[in-house]
Amino acid sequence: MLQIDLWKRIAIALTCAIGLWLALPNAFYGPVEQHNDAAKAIELSGSTPELQAKLALWPDWMPSGLVNLGLDLRGGAHLLAEVKVQDVYAARMEAQWPEVRDALRSLTPVRRQQSPEDELRVRLNDTDKMAQALEIVRGLARPVTTLTGAGSNDIDVRGEDGMIIVTLSDAEKQATDERTMQQSLEIIRRRIDEVGTREPTIQRQGADRILIQVPGIGSAAELKAIIGTTAQLTFNPVVSRGSDANANPGIGNKVLPSVDEEGAYYTVEAAPVVTGEELVDAQPSFDQNGSPAVSFRFNTTGARKFGNYTAENIGAPFAIILDDKVISAPTIQSHIPGGSGIITGNFNVEESTNLAILLRAGALPAGLVFLEERTIGPELGQDSIDAGKVATIIAFVAVLVFMFLSYGLFGIFANIALVINVGMIFGLLSLVGATLTLPGIAGIVLTVGMAVDANVLIFERIREELKTAKGPARAISLGYEKALSAIVDANITTLITAVILFVMGSGPVRGFAITLGFGIITSVFTAIFVTRLLVVIWFEARRPKTIEV
Amino acid sequence: MRLRLFKENSNFDFFKHWKMWLGISGLMMVIAFASFMIQGLNFGIDFRGGTTIRTESPLAVNVAEYRGAMEQLDLGDITITEVFDPTFREDQNVAMIRIQAQDEQEAVSVDTIEAVQAALKDIRPDIKFTSVESVGPKVSGELIQTAAIAVVLAIGAVLIYIWLRFEWQFAVGAVLALVHDVLLTIGIFSELQIRFDLAIIAALLTIVGYSLNDTVVVFDRVRENLRKYKKRDLKEVLNLSINETMSRTFMTSVTTLLALIALFVLGGDVIRGFVFAMIWGVIVGTYSSIFVASAVLLYLGVKRDWSKPDANAGNQYANIDA
Repeated sequence: MLQIDLWKRIAIALTCAIGLWLALPNAFYGPVEQHNDAAKAIELSGSTPELQAKLALWPDWMPSGLVNLGLDLRGGAHLLAEVKVQDVYAARMEAQWPEVRDALRSLTPVRRQQSPEDELRVRLNDTDKMAQALEIVRGLARPVTTLTGAGSNDIDVRGEDGMIIVTLSDAEKQATDERTMQQSLEIIRRRIDEVGTREPTIQRQGADRILIQVPGIGSAAELKAIIGTTAQLTFNPVVSRGSDANANPGIGNKVLPSVDEEGAYYTVEAAPVVTGEELVDAQPSFDQNGSPAVSFRFNTTGARKFGNYTAENIGAPFAIILDDKVISAPTIQSHIPGGSGIITGNFNVEESTNLAILLRAGALPAGLVFLEERTIGPELGQDSIDAGKVATIIAFVAVLVFMFLSYGLFGIFANIALVINVGMIFGLLSLVGATLTLPGIAGIVLTVGMAVDANVLIFERIREELKTAKGPARAISLGYEKALSAIVDANITTLITAVILFVMGSGPVRGFAITLGFGIITSVFTAIFVTRLLVVIWFEARRPKTIEV
Repeated sequence: MRLRLFKENSNFDFFKHWKMWLGISGLMMVIAFASFMIQGLNFGIDFRGGTTIRTESPLAVNVAEYRGAMEQLDLGDITITEVFDPTFREDQNVAMIRIQAQDEQEAVSVDTIEAVQAALKDIRPDIKFTSVESVGPKVSGELIQTAAIAVVLAIGAVLIYIWLRFEWQFAVGAVLALVHDVLLTIGIFSELQIRFDLAIIAALLTIVGYSLNDTVVVFDRVRENLRKYKKRDLKEVLNLSINETMSRTFMTSVTTLLALIALFVLGGDVIRGFVFAMIWGVIVGTYSSIFVASAVLLYLGVKRDWSKPDANAGNQYANIDA
């Protein structure tokens, strides 16, 4: 019959209270956001009176989780980039060449041959020694240390028409790809942190993609300028300078264009003397003529290599190369022992600042291709929030009025449950730190419309049961009981679609799936438990002989 | 006095012309499918790649002028549409420019976008670009695939769930109703050439959920009445069940529509297509749970002996005590 244990009553009331409590910060979005930012800043870099004032905007003992606003509401940039993981194979082969050459030196002289980028081909002068040579080169292989690649070596070596062909093994390729992705993620994160924007999302998607979302940034183009450049800095010996892009560089050399001088090309040795990886610092600065430049410092090994090289090659030019373009090619005037230097070129201040950031954060191990980019202006986001707010309130009021007109007192019970319901959706969203998007707002509005469904089912059922002239208590109790299987089935099916949407969808669609899913859970809870509790409390207080639903 | 949307104790005969209704529904599905095949959907960039730029300017939009400014850039197919919305301010003139994916360009080109923006700034110095979105052909192809898989998965999952909870005839009826709803929604999008993007897929799946909600409520009552009235004709039981649940069907549809219409009118143009799909889905879904799902059930017939307590039936929930 109509009774609910005390502990259940307390549990229901407590659940509602917790849900609403968690939702509360969202009602004071601005101050809470400032409070949270201040708290983070204090943790990072100590307190200032200004930050303390902001911190005081919201009491510490209150919950401070907020519903994140999606890019479509806050404005910002979204990029989906694909990492060209194959880029790394070529660099690996480049590094393999000196090793192979040195290992075979005592056996027979070898020459490097033209080959696809991810292969190393070496011709033996004395082809009779092939078997021995193969053995020696195979001896260079190292075991792959990943779980999946355990037991295999990093290179495959085979002999073919007097040539030794070295390629990366599949296991090593996989391991390399994995490392490339990890590094790329790390470096993109560092670069974006250097610029100091708030709450960026940097996520790996699938095997070789990275999703980057930065709220509040002006445009995706700006974001691309920061993360789009590989920033591979190398210092290579210059072989010659010319004006022919298709000049034959000779094996082990390459022809690269100059950035500043149109039509000028440098032939440089492919193997660098030092690379950007050996930098410890880079700062924007000015050269002796007062034009923008970037000053840098090498770590100890880099400094030693650079020092030795400059000592041995005084008078020879060397090239400073960024992403396969020669920034400048100064002549070595003297031995440079300290390991620091300055890069000059045709920079403006902004470019030199950016370059310094890029060099500090490190080079991307491979190039990026952008597959998708979206920029949402903050004005459009604000317009959407405003429109969404108005629409939600109107929808809410319309449903409340309609429910009251249809069910009278019971309608009011349902309405209280509906208000609690929406509060709890926000509470759940804040709790898991979910992101609210424009379709997400639509999901909430839809939930408002559909949430009453469970109550409608129950109330209609009570009406029917009343017709068969049972007492009101019996009718209410039967109404809840018999409506339950329909409510459960109907909501589980909707939940299934919400889950599928969440798993398959991305971005805004996912935001919609989250609010829809939470909406289903909270609406079933409020319809079954909360309205029932309200009805029972009312019934116990009044003991009505007849009821009208 | 209470508001009543549907006469109590009604005894409307929903199945007098059930074959005709099934026929009409079938015909509508054929028309929708034909429209989809012939005219095709007006895919947004999510699905076919390309760039959209949303511009905002205090001066009125002049489509011809905008087009002229971009002509010399040689970007291929460009569509420019002016956007109207009651929520716009007086000096807010919005246009959407859509540029097709550039040939042989996987990556999205900054240069193209910058060139377009510069060209427009020349004729309207105070123009603002409130959103710029580009999707490469590779991703858009994948998005279509994922979307299609999502819809099929959802329908499949539902088929299995209903089959487990009811009987296979119910599952077939429910799924045919879903296919009907999805097809008709795609049909109207193709007929009216409303932009079809990723959000519409979300709407489609919501329609699936909603329509199902409706169907399941009717079916639940059918199952109950089949147990109660073992001797009555199936048609009679169906009719009774629908009449009994009609009041609830109306109530829920109306509250949902109230909420959606508020969003449609006031929610801004960005999600209008999305909301339109859902409004349409609510209407079609309500119709289909009676005239498709139940009619199919009538056509297929259903097992009549529900006397044995079925482990899968709804009883196990009925004792939950709050």
